[in-house]
Amino acid sequence: MKTLNVSVVTPDGPALEGSYEMVSCRAESGELGILPDHIPLVAPLTISAVRLKKEGQTEYLAVTGGFVEVRPDHVTILAQAAEQPSDIDVDRAKQAKERAEQRMNQKAEDIDFKRAELALQRAINRIDVSEK
Amino acid sequence: MASLRDIKNRINSTKSTQKITKAMEMVSASKLNKAEENAKAFVPYMDKIQDVVTNIAGGNTGADHPMLQSRPVKKTGYIVITSDRGLAGPYNSNVLRALNQKVQNNHSSTDEYTVVPLGKVGRDFCKKNGMPIAKEVTGLPDQPDFAEIKEIASYAVNLFSDEEIDELHIFYNHFISAISQKVTDKKVLPLTDIETEGKKLSSYEYEPDEEQILKTLLPQYAESIVYGALLDGKASEHASRMTAMRSATDNADELIDDLTLSYNRARQAAITQEITEIVGGAAALE
Repeated sequence: MKTLNVSVVTPDGPALEGSYEMVSCRAESGELGILPDHIPLVAPLTISAVRLKKEGQTEYLAVTGGFVEVRPDHVTILAQAAEQPSDIDVDRAKQAKERAEQRMNQKAEDIDFKRAELALQRAINRIDVSEK
Repeated sequence: MASLRDIKNRINSTKSTQKITKAMEMVSASKLNKAEENAKAFVPYMDKIQDVVTNIAGGNTGADHPMLQSRPVKKTGYIVITSDRGLAGPYNSNVLRALNQKVQNNHSSTDEYTVVPLGKVGRDFCKKNGMPIAKEVTGLPDQPDFAEIKEIASYAVNLFSDEEIDELHIFYNHFISAISQKVTDKKVLPLTDIETEGKKLSSYEYEPDEEQILKTLLPQYAESIVYGALLDGKASEHASRMTAMRSATDNADELIDDLTLSYNRARQAAITQEITEIVGGAAALE
């Protein structure tokens, strides 16, 4: 079966490198499923989980602030942060979630609210991924 | 001539200073290794994001974005990367001198520019010279990760997108090698000098469209330029401190040699004097 080379790079260094049969991710315009020989594509990703499938197994990766760049045999995910479930600090994510919820309940200025919302999304995403 | 004990004291204190400088040299050397690794780990990300930006902005796709356009410069923002601590040789003074020169050459009043200093030394310099500080960051770790710099980077980028500033420059020491660093003034925004020549442009489908992508991609690109400069600056800082400490250790060696020589001379003089006195005393008895 054909495979895709997937590399995930972050400013702190490459996070993952490997070949997979399918990559699914959530772009800002909707779910994307990428199989080998996909047309070249660039799309921004939401704060979400990227799913990498290989031999019936699925690996998850929590990404923040990411982009996917697709070429026929290669998928590159550029993200500001990308974590595998084993690397996620669940306690920290839970604390971040509580903090963000508190801040959102205070209903401060718009900008703060937006930031809190993003922080909440990141925390929830991490917790979700770590439970998979 | 200084007494024997004075010289001995000086030798001892120089030796203990030398121990400290030697330890600092070794610490900086290991930090430099790490900093270089960090800078290396960042390269693939930067390359890739640059690729995509070049492809979209350089291709004749008709996509446009405020960050790609230069507008009349009413106010300039400067990010200055310095260290929190001194003892790094000319590391800080070089950057700050470059900043000072730039400011004096280009601006006649403090309304025309604003500074975002990173590091205590830079902050103190700006305060002392009455430069307007937009936001300051101190206490950055030796191995910063992206999350820590993101806030300040996006703050600076937002200043630009809110048209608070019309140009964003970054001053830092570019790491060339362990013994050589060069002060660099880099224009971060607007992104007018994206090089497209000589590069193979591949055509992509854009999802949803180019402009949406530029909207999210360009701020990230600018932030990564800032982060890259910080990593570069950190490597330079450690290299510079290592070199400074090495020459301090060497100087201490030299000083100890000189002092030991004069210690021995003084000791010899004292012995000679004692002998003369004994001989004189014995001669008086005869």
